[in-house]
Amino acid sequence: MPLLEIESLNVDYRASRGTVHAVEDASFSLNKGETLGLAGESGSGKSTLGLSIIRLVPYPGVIASGHVRIEGTDILELPESEMQSIRGRKVAYIFQDPMTSLNPVKRIGAHFVELIRTHEPNTSAADALGRAKTILESLGILAERINDYPHQFSGGMRQRIMIGLAITLNPDLVMADEPTTALDVIVQQKILDLLEGLRKVYGMALILISHDLSIILERCDKIIVLYAGQIFEYASSKELHRAPWHPYTQGLLHSIPNIELSDQKLSAIPGSPPDMLSPPKGCRFWPRCPYAMEECRVEEPELIGHEQSHFVRCFLYDKKAGSHIERNREG
Amino acid sequence: MSEIVKVENLRKYFPVQKSFLEQFFARKTTYVKAVDGVSFSIRKKEIFTLAGESGCGKTTTGRLIVRLLKPTSGKILLNGLDITGAEGEELRLLRRKMQIIFQDPYASLNPRMKIGYAIGHPLVIHGLAEGEEKNKRVLEVLDKVGLTPPEQLINLYPHQLSGGQRQRAAMARSIILNPELIIADEPVSMIDVSLRTAIIDLMLDFRKELGLTYLFITHDLAVAKYISDRIGIMYLGRIIEISNKERLFLNPLHPYTQALLSAIPIPDPDKKREAVDLKGEVPSAISIPAGCRFHPRCPRGMYVCVKEDPELIEIEKDHFVACHLY
Repeated sequence: MPLLEIESLNVDYRASRGTVHAVEDASFSLNKGETLGLAGESGSGKSTLGLSIIRLVPYPGVIASGHVRIEGTDILELPESEMQSIRGRKVAYIFQDPMTSLNPVKRIGAHFVELIRTHEPNTSAADALGRAKTILESLGILAERINDYPHQFSGGMRQRIMIGLAITLNPDLVMADEPTTALDVIVQQKILDLLEGLRKVYGMALILISHDLSIILERCDKIIVLYAGQIFEYASSKELHRAPWHPYTQGLLHSIPNIELSDQKLSAIPGSPPDMLSPPKGCRFWPRCPYAMEECRVEEPELIGHEQSHFVRCFLYDKKAGSHIERNREG
Repeated sequence: MSEIVKVENLRKYFPVQKSFLEQFFARKTTYVKAVDGVSFSIRKKEIFTLAGESGCGKTTTGRLIVRLLKPTSGKILLNGLDITGAEGEELRLLRRKMQIIFQDPYASLNPRMKIGYAIGHPLVIHGLAEGEEKNKRVLEVLDKVGLTPPEQLINLYPHQLSGGQRQRAAMARSIILNPELIIADEPVSMIDVSLRTAIIDLMLDFRKELGLTYLFITHDLAVAKYISDRIGIMYLGRIIEISNKERLFLNPLHPYTQALLSAIPIPDPDKKREAVDLKGEVPSAISIPAGCRFHPRCPRGMYVCVKEDPELIEIEKDHFVACHLY
């Protein structure tokens, strides 16, 4: 049984000006210990998809339909009280901005104690503090800093503390939403190394949510490319890098600079992402697509798979056989 | 030499704000040494990049050159002319020659000004064109930056544009005075990847068509490598290495540059790199370490590094480094 299974998930934001389908018909699964990258630009629905896995989609968002199964249990059907015991214990979430996720008037130790004692009421505060110290040291922070306040730490250290809180209860799945976006590259590298190291030690699965396809390609086994709320492509990193299928993925890969290449020529994707209140009819990408065909403007493509390892939402790939025979590629 | 800008030993110290009592008791003011002895020159029609981590002083350097800030000491020459102390009318005329594009296109366009008005505004301020003539030039630059159809766009407000379009509008505003130099401060770091390349290409096109020179300021070395001719790496208010980009990436000399380059993610799942591990974090610009400012973190530090501040010296042609190892 996969650790996480998402099936035809739809998440809407019901605003006064209309409904935004922030996540549309998302399906994928994740096994124990795997790393998955959710890549997409702003407004692609990557954070909403992540938040719906712990049922924390902010107002006015609602999970309209679908299933989110964690070890077979559909968490969308659980009462809130049971959901609370899943957050932190089974699934942990690391937010982008550690300063807003840590309580500025609480010492670091208190954050750990609260977390541990909420989930394990029988643990004494002293034991919880002891555990917190061990965790801090494994993050490369001196145990004596446990009595410091969040503002006394640098941005990188705060993000380490967030990671520490996430792994405290030894969850099966950790989700990190843009964990390094506010950080400099050297700190970013250290944080990602730390996350990778801990993941290996504890055998957790990791979902890395980022707009930066470079770090996802570098760090994840599998990648989901999101565009305007839809999964456009889903494949292993190697496969996606070697042979991207979707014209959008191809365009993305041609727009990220790689310092290892000399005389690289980047090319741009024309146009800009759609207004989510009134997305284009048919495929969401056709107004920007170099291969757009008649049917793309009328019909919406489905996510089709090839041998359960590479999925794409595009009419260029033959529907019936599910094979990746490209049609009209040149035309 | 066809140098358009020359900066000599530029410094900018910001006094640290103190409470009344602290002011009363403290003997001297402490300073944030944002820029602490920076020298470089930018050649005509080149793209010179200042790169470094947050707080290294790259943005302050850019603002000093357009004279949005007054330097504490040092010299800024524009076309051989000393503009360090320029004020009033002289400064206003200088600004025709150099323009700046900011990181956040949401903040740099007045939300209550229509795009056409905002872009034509510099012409009015400098008394260069009005009425029909002004409108004609606004439509021209809008077309140049790819905001089409221009006739429709002039009547929109910034909130009606996407991030990428806003940055194009900011670029249109910066070129309408036909400047010689554009300081581009992180112009693409808030723009989504799929739109980024188009903005970069626009900058490259303008260099060719309009003969522009750029000072490009960025934290993203992958973008820097793509766009620049020469790159200066900054650390704690000082340039520690300058070179043309090929040599810098092929043969980085300063241990900090080596660490910085090794931390850049490579968008390729088959490549794994050896990272250079740096101790600790960047110290505060209030108390810059004595000797070489990088020595507390340097994996190759020596005794001399603690004592002496290394100077920027030329190691090979056009490749300068400030490090006692060389």
